[in-house]
Amino acid sequence: MSAVTPIAVVGYYEPWWIQIIKSIVIFAVGLQLVPIVLIAERKLLGRFQGRYGPNRVGPYGALQPLADILKLLTKEQFRPTTSVGFLFALAPTISILTAVAAFAIIPFGNTQDIFGTKVGLYGVDVSIGPLYLFAFGAVAFYGIMLGGWSSGSKYSFLGAMRGAAQLISYEVSQGLALVGVVITAQTLSLTGIVTAQKGMWYFIPQLAGFLIFLVAGFAETNRAPFDLTEADAELVGGYNTEFGGGRFASYYFAEYLNVLVVSGIVTTVFLGGWLLPFGIHPPGWVDPIVVLAKMSLVTFLFIWVRATLPRLRYDQLMSFGWKVLLPLATLNALVTAIVVVAVH
Amino acid sequence: MADTPDSTPDDTLVPALRVSAWSPGEDVIEVTRNPKPGAARSAWRTFRETARGMRTTFARLGEEPSTVQYPEEKVPVYPRFRGRHKLHRFEDTGLEKCVGCSLCAAACPADCIRVVAAENTPDNRVSAGERYAAVYEINLSRCIFCGYCEVACPFDAITMGHDYELSDYTRDDLIFTKEMLLAEPLERTPLRNEDE
Repeated sequence: MSAVTPIAVVGYYEPWWIQIIKSIVIFAVGLQLVPIVLIAERKLLGRFQGRYGPNRVGPYGALQPLADILKLLTKEQFRPTTSVGFLFALAPTISILTAVAAFAIIPFGNTQDIFGTKVGLYGVDVSIGPLYLFAFGAVAFYGIMLGGWSSGSKYSFLGAMRGAAQLISYEVSQGLALVGVVITAQTLSLTGIVTAQKGMWYFIPQLAGFLIFLVAGFAETNRAPFDLTEADAELVGGYNTEFGGGRFASYYFAEYLNVLVVSGIVTTVFLGGWLLPFGIHPPGWVDPIVVLAKMSLVTFLFIWVRATLPRLRYDQLMSFGWKVLLPLATLNALVTAIVVVAVH
Repeated sequence: MADTPDSTPDDTLVPALRVSAWSPGEDVIEVTRNPKPGAARSAWRTFRETARGMRTTFARLGEEPSTVQYPEEKVPVYPRFRGRHKLHRFEDTGLEKCVGCSLCAAACPADCIRVVAAENTPDNRVSAGERYAAVYEINLSRCIFCGYCEVACPFDAITMGHDYELSDYTRDDLIFTKEMLLAEPLERTPLRNEDE
């Protein structure tokens, strides 16, 4: 046991040097996954629409994200005269920070023995898993809100306002959808939730919660069909209209990392994390591969939905969030609570 | 702001209401609407239609993209495609067909053809006729590829070719001289077969 005790209660923690190595490794993995998702999305969207997608840079266009990032980073840092400079620079940082912070709690595997030391294959196993997620989700809203507002452009502002309303509306449903799982698993730790799914993955008993969480997840990440914050037909580019170069790249990175985070949370909470069906128990090093495979399935669903569904109208978005999703999520939580109490 | 009185008081409205409605007579078409679905049915319908859409897009994944990879693959043109002009010679004698009559220049709506004629002499015979085109230039940056020059030419000396890759870096390079138009063009454009 290390002398450094974490501030919050966590399920399991390692010596400080392992934690530093882990954080670097997980950040590096996240950093590598984002360009993969980027190119996968563009290639898949192309195929969904009967075209190739990027295929010029590198073999099969695989180096396209690299070219994109290089292009964005070498561009001029432009700032409108009407913008609020400090916040304009800060906002993309908030977005990227919250995305990376949320990525830290996704468990890629159970505690393993690596060179005689016990290491948990996750950033940190906080005992308040979903709450931590929603806390950073709520802070992520400042990234969009401040970015849009500090741009000093009406399109950015409108996009940011929509984003704010949307995030607030759907975060409630998303939270309530997880309540059912938390009641069933009787723990808030994400690794605990995964181990509680040994018998059955939660997307079967919690099917309603699973669907609600998915829909709310689309809305939370501002992805189609809920991408009203960047409805290009109406708002030019939404909250990131005035951003260019590295700052725009930050927003872009955060968006795709958020997709990965939601995929990871769905995998962990509903799809059994690193567990495999039919009682297969592979060695520990397979766990991260299983999690990544499940995550890529959910990410594929994200891209698939984006290729299919048209954008919702703003009033449809609001009435769906408050009149359909929220009552359903509440009902789901209530029914789950009653059933759990009745069974015990 | 002055308080504007209501311009249509009730007593003017009443006679208007008494006018009998126009009767469509025999032309009535009964429009039947489906009953408005309840919450469960409309939810099911939404789900079903969404699933149908998802299936439609997913089916596209197995298909070949319809994109033509342009610089490598080219869409073949039809035989009557009007591309870059060609000037012709007689195959047997090698003389130019153009006699410098300037009818093409007269027919050109974009005014992009410039012809300067000169007399053929016995020791310098260029064309089959009395005169020949000493200068023949087409400014392709002005040409609209209408094909009127081809129609106007009495000797079929100028025809529209199939070449459409004509971009260049300067405007001057787009003025094609007689030598360039007479030269055998690089056939970079595939011609469409009869069944295509």
